Amino acid sequence: MAEHILESISLFLPEIALTVTLCVAIIADLILKERNQNVAYVVIAGLVITTIFVLRQTGLTETIFSDMVAVDPFAVFFKIVLAVSGFFIVFFSMKCRELDANKKRIGEYYMLIVAMMLGMFIMVGATNLLLMYLALELSSIASYILAGYTKRARDSAEASLKYVIYGAVSSGMLIYGVSILYGITGATDIYGVNAALQTGDFSPLALLTAGILIIAGFGYKVTVAPFHFWSPDVYEGAPITITAFLAVASKAAGFAMMIRFFKVSFIDTALLDTAGVWDIVEGFQWNIILAVMAVLTMTLGNLVAIWQNNIKRLLAYSSIAHAGYILMGLVVLTDQGIASMMLYFVMYLFMNFGAFYIAMLISNKLDTEDIEDYKGLGYRAPLVCVAMAVFLISLTGIPPTAGFIAKFYLFAAVISAGWYGLVLIAAINTVISLFYYVRIFRNMFLIEPEGDTSKIEFSLSSKILVFALLIPTIFFGVYFRDIVDLAQASVKMFGL
Amino acid sequence: MTYCIAQIPQWLAEPGLTHFLVISAILFSLGLLAVLTRRNVIMVLMGIELLLNSANINFIAFARYTTLALDAHLIALFVIILAAAEAAIALAIVLNIYQQFSTVNVDEVSTLRE
Repeated sequence: MAEHILESISLFLPEIALTVTLCVAIIADLILKERNQNVAYVVIAGLVITTIFVLRQTGLTETIFSDMVAVDPFAVFFKIVLAVSGFFIVFFSMKCRELDANKKRIGEYYMLIVAMMLGMFIMVGATNLLLMYLALELSSIASYILAGYTKRARDSAEASLKYVIYGAVSSGMLIYGVSILYGITGATDIYGVNAALQTGDFSPLALLTAGILIIAGFGYKVTVAPFHFWSPDVYEGAPITITAFLAVASKAAGFAMMIRFFKVSFIDTALLDTAGVWDIVEGFQWNIILAVMAVLTMTLGNLVAIWQNNIKRLLAYSSIAHAGYILMGLVVLTDQGIASMMLYFVMYLFMNFGAFYIAMLISNKLDTEDIEDYKGLGYRAPLVCVAMAVFLISLTGIPPTAGFIAKFYLFAAVISAGWYGLVLIAAINTVISLFYYVRIFRNMFLIEPEGDTSKIEFSLSSKILVFALLIPTIFFGVYFRDIVDLAQASVKMFGL
Repeated sequence: MTYCIAQIPQWLAEPGLTHFLVISAILFSLGLLAVLTRRNVIMVLMGIELLLNSANINFIAFARYTTLALDAHLIALFVIILAAAEAAIALAIVLNIYQQFSTVNVDEVSTLRE
């Protein structure tokens, strides 16, 4: 037993490194006092160490702490995505003017970001229902506080209230669903749940109830309709750095947990074949429910986004729509679908962070989030606006950008599984999305600036960060073989 | 004393798993109802407590009436701890809301929606 625990700890080093970073950040905050924006460097150092530990786990397929957590290529892939987004968010935060009003408490802010990352790291590896719930709560509770971080702003306070109410209700539904599932199967780890479900000795109605409640819990985290209500308000009210973090990292972790839960619990291991097509156990066709949710999510996200004037709210609806596209990968029940979801997250990270970062830079300089105020910005700040155009083109999914490759692989996976109707709806949605992305583009470039026409200068470090996001967005659109291979190799989960 | 026992109807004389599951389902529905209909944030938070505790009743009932013992007790303990943590955060946020808006009515706290 002791040996097993020691061995487990050696495979749990990334999470331990994050925990240590969290503690050091608190202490550094106390010691540095007036200069506590330097806590950011402590967090960056901690993230570097964490990333090194994650990279050392590549190729492992193990389970640790008596089937509590899996360390497998799937988890490692998502941990890398999370770590990279963590770096970007810390860099964004150092540049964000919105946070300057609370300079005295900035140490806490970085500490909470690390807490959220710790929760998400455990989420992507958890194979036990209790641990999944705890990890989800850990990341949620930290994000409730972060959403209301700029305490003086009314919007921020309102965002955190809405977030905490929706979040708590969803987690209540999730744990109630888990309690029913536990009653049906008598197991708390998802392998045990799978083994019990394969005997077929349960009431389908009870399983359906449990499944829907669990989908509600996960659906809130990944903002799929009809559990998305919190996200536009929270995304608009929260500080923009946190909005970006919620839109990318939180969603990635939620999807990773959802994929692992559904794939492992409902797979029929008797019918498992090598081609990567899998079948689900009798009793509950949850992929039909997920397909309906995917269609609802993308259509609603895109249609409502058209009417938005606030850039943060627009990107919030756009990220809801993207959650709808991504969900299609899980519906088709193939490894190809899951690989394309993972690929999508890599591309989505760069293009969505890019759009949020440019929105933040413009808000820093002009103090506005209104798209109407973007008129003529293309002439005043050419570099930033051209970058924004590339990110928007990529979000739409037009070649030669990363977004096209992501959508191409996703749609291909859905087509090869025979869900033609779903792809058709997604393609129509892509066209709708072009409409509101082009609106930003038009305001920036095709309308002459009104009033102030002076050039807007950005600091060198801001420009470097723009390029750090812009280059991958274009690069992955042209050269994508390695990243596709990596995603396909990372589908492997422990026990399957 | 025998008189009192005779008054208890047959279906209540020996409570079984079903009784507890029904109670927890009723609690869950009441909690959801409170969240959906109450306008006062504190009442909404109490509804959320009901949701979490209904799950706890389920876990403990399954532990009592089936062979699955310790796991469920542990989960219930963790849920209680999490409920406390969540309530602490939620109340802090409600205090902040009260400072900003001078109200704890969820309907009046909506400046974000256009």
